[in-house]
Amino acid sequence: MSAVLHLPPDIFDALRTAARQGYPYEACGLLIGRREGSVHHVVAMRQARNLNRERAHDRYELDPADYLTAELAARDAGQEIVGIWHTHPNHPARPSETDRAAAWPNWSYLILSVEAGGVAAVTSWRLDGEAFVEEEMAS
Amino acid sequence: MSATVVIRIPTPLRSYTNGADEVTLEADTVGQALTTLALLHEGLGERILDLDGKPRQFVNIFVGKADLRTLQGLGTTLQAGDVIAIVPAVAGGCDEGEG
Repeated sequence: MSAVLHLPPDIFDALRTAARQGYPYEACGLLIGRREGSVHHVVAMRQARNLNRERAHDRYELDPADYLTAELAARDAGQEIVGIWHTHPNHPARPSETDRAAAWPNWSYLILSVEAGGVAAVTSWRLDGEAFVEEEMAS
Repeated sequence: MSATVVIRIPTPLRSYTNGADEVTLEADTVGQALTTLALLHEGLGERILDLDGKPRQFVNIFVGKADLRTLQGLGTTLQAGDVIAIVPAVAGGCDEGEG
């Protein structure tokens, strides 16, 4: 079964809004939902704090306390963290070497390229060994 | 007598625990709990501990809602019912000159 990220339209809209509001800085957060093999179904998104204040325009470091809060809430709802989202202000929606080096397996990594005029592109990726492979996105 | 505690396993590492999201074990300290976890689940230890047995750079350990760095580190004493959470460090960004 190939990797697919199911992202309902309302959550997609919420992500685009968060990306625009965060511009020109990086925004980041978590995708909550459930997994069926390599298919991820997103049911909610959460924004998290970016702890990297010095390079907030091109780096993010998701606050682990926000992660923990999201994970506990997800567990209580019978869900789990299925992925991470973050923005690339004024950069393409492609994972950077920085993204790859810090990536974990079995998660979707959603990237929103955002410019002054709004979100330019959205892609999602999954780690396969040491490399990122783009995954299919569906609503 | 050792305390019975729960260790929360993050999604990316559940392949080492046959999909289980938590592991229950007995330990006196956080260090002992993580070492026992590594013994119970082959391959997991290398993902969370370095060669000196300390949490790796890209891993955060919480006891309840407290970061282990704000407690007594691996020597932090555990009470029955404590929940240890392994929290993956999540980071990245866009590289200069990319694209």
